[in-house]
Amino acid sequence: MSKQINVALIGNPNTGKTSVFNALTGLNQKVGNYPGITVEKKEGICKLPRGVKAHILDLPGTYSLNASSLDENVVIELLLNKNDKDFPDVALIITDVENLKRNLLLFTQIKDLKIPTILAINMADRMNRKGIKLDLEILERRLNTKIALLSTRKNTGIDTLKDLINNYKTISTEPCLDTSTIDTEYFQNLKKAFPNQDLYKLWVVITQDVNFGKIDRNELAIEKFKTKSKSELKRLQQKETIKRYQFINDVLKEGQTIDTANARDLRSKLDRILTHKVFGYLIFFIILLTIFQAIYDWASVPMDFIDGAFASLSHWLKGVLPSGVFTDLLAEGIIPGLGGIVIFIPQIAFLFLFIAVLEESGYMSRVVFLMDRVMRRFGLSGKSVVPLISGTACAIPAIMATRNIENWKERLITILVTPFTTCSARLPVYLIIIALVIPEGRFIGLSYQALSLMLLYLIGFGAAIISAYILDRTLKIRRKTFFVIEMPNYKLPLLKNVVFTVIEKTKSFVLGAGKIILAISIILWFLASFGPGDQFNEADRIVKTEFANQQMDESELQQKIAAHKLEHSYIGLTGRAIEPIIEPLGYDWKIGIAIVCSFAAREVFVGTLATIYSVGNDDEETIKSRMSKEINPVLGVPLFNFASGISLLLFYAFAMQCMSTLAIVKRETNSWKWPILQLVLMSAFAYVVALIAYQLLK
Amino acid sequence: MTVADLKKGETGIITDSSSGDIPLKLLEMGCLPGNTVQLLQLAPFSDPMYLNINGSHLAIRKKTAALILIKLTHE
Repeated sequence: MSKQINVALIGNPNTGKTSVFNALTGLNQKVGNYPGITVEKKEGICKLPRGVKAHILDLPGTYSLNASSLDENVVIELLLNKNDKDFPDVALIITDVENLKRNLLLFTQIKDLKIPTILAINMADRMNRKGIKLDLEILERRLNTKIALLSTRKNTGIDTLKDLINNYKTISTEPCLDTSTIDTEYFQNLKKAFPNQDLYKLWVVITQDVNFGKIDRNELAIEKFKTKSKSELKRLQQKETIKRYQFINDVLKEGQTIDTANARDLRSKLDRILTHKVFGYLIFFIILLTIFQAIYDWASVPMDFIDGAFASLSHWLKGVLPSGVFTDLLAEGIIPGLGGIVIFIPQIAFLFLFIAVLEESGYMSRVVFLMDRVMRRFGLSGKSVVPLISGTACAIPAIMATRNIENWKERLITILVTPFTTCSARLPVYLIIIALVIPEGRFIGLSYQALSLMLLYLIGFGAAIISAYILDRTLKIRRKTFFVIEMPNYKLPLLKNVVFTVIEKTKSFVLGAGKIILAISIILWFLASFGPGDQFNEADRIVKTEFANQQMDESELQQKIAAHKLEHSYIGLTGRAIEPIIEPLGYDWKIGIAIVCSFAAREVFVGTLATIYSVGNDDEETIKSRMSKEINPVLGVPLFNFASGISLLLFYAFAMQCMSTLAIVKRETNSWKWPILQLVLMSAFAYVVALIAYQLLK
Repeated sequence: MTVADLKKGETGIITDSSSGDIPLKLLEMGCLPGNTVQLLQLAPFSDPMYLNINGSHLAIRKKTAALILIKLTHE
């Protein structure tokens, strides 16, 4: 059996690494996580000539072997651990022809690890426009490697690259830089202490906190060898960087010519407008409006279709399958549960479509640049803007998007406040309550209901900003703040990359959050379909006796029985138990059940009420008319009135009701402390605000 | 003077970037003595600063920029 060639794709961010990955693997790729951490692991298979296969691992983008984030750390850990099953036979360094000098720094570091290293120079289609000429022969000789000149946009050079991978054994593993020249005495001592270790690898280990495989840092007893202070080490790192650049400059002096007279500069023209003090913000605002419009308006067409399709599927199954527990589970538990996941796909796809286009085009960095100062005032970073915007779709990908915030405090605050932004799961709750309690009518041409919805979004965003400000003042974390963001060139987004991102993110939502939503729907169905004691099991008889004297048609009677059963089911008992707590907010036990269920995932609120009011399907109109008839047993007024409705809206705006988000926060902060803090503080705050609102308005 | 003192469009040559508070990442992106730095754009309140350092286009905060010593070039 022929062995697969292990290839690691390595490169700076914004070099088109993902495009190269997509070009090599096509759709033959899978996305997972590295064990124990949430760094995305992308791998794929590439078919090479002569029947050889290559396993391609797309490592997170990094500027150098000195990690400043979790993502970058993954690269180093892999490259230092020969025993890892993914340890590369050959490393493929992706560079951008316009930033060759800077990109080569990483190349020299990887090559010094004595791994066969191929240099791929990407975006070759821009060379003419930028007046860049390369002498590949000289570059190959001086860098002691093989070079592929690529353009993923024009689809050239990929075959050359595949040939190079196939012949990786012919590539020299000679290092570029003799590390010991940085500080001869220090490295001589190091060699004496560890005669069997590679000096450069030792140096990499010493200068960062990496635990790897067998040769663990402590086992190496490097602690004893700490003859240099942190600042001395940093000075040496700086010296190393200077030496590397000297080498690179020498190489490029021979192998590269740039004729700036030929360069046409689109960047500065676009920058002048897009980062303008007035127009920059205006354009950003218009883009945001477009995204909102897409998520709420355009997405509603496919969403209505999905909603209808699942309702009819349930209905149809009930008709064709023999009646019984299994059919009920399928038609009332599993199918609506699946529907509850699929319905979010259009919104999530739209959001990631926009985010992918904004990122691919290079515009996102400009937003970060524009917003940094404003956000910093609230203890956030310009880089928090992306998570906060993403949070309007779903907090889960949003929290994952905080990873490129270098400063831990800013990152933590962003993670903690993102769940306040109005995610798409709150939307169905808002829509139905607004329709029930906010009167129709218009204010300067805008409907009250639309204004209420917008107000709720503003409240969510405001809560995020204000709590960030408070956290910034209270959290005692002193970390060196630093903020470096690359402003990449503007590029027309590649359709293939955008489509892949949308598919991949949607898939991870369906498989990740979807699993939990489905599980909860099934548990809910069980809890609502079974109950202890006679009141539940004898519901038929009890209701029939109770209404024996009244004229009632069969379907009405069946509804009464179903409602009676629900009241005495396990879930009904839970609702009853918490009724004293939520009564001051204007809710009854049925809303209580819906709220309890919402702590798993908010989107089950409407579905739960549908079950409770025994409305056959999830048709919003029917649930709505049913809800409007509901009377508060104590006060004798409609249960969903202005006061209780506002109270409910505010409760949903602030409460932390999403298990998946808590799970993601736990993973990203590596502690239960933060998710528990979020759960308790946000929910307590929601309770108090809802209480005040109801008591004032009732 | 430092990078923080640059006016829009001005260029300087880095004379010292050895402050311990300058992140290594910035040095690796080319912020090293002898390299040129040009101020391209400023966000409101002159912070952050959008620079071209040795061919790398990047934005840093004013606080960091004030740690990089430069000599103004007159062209």
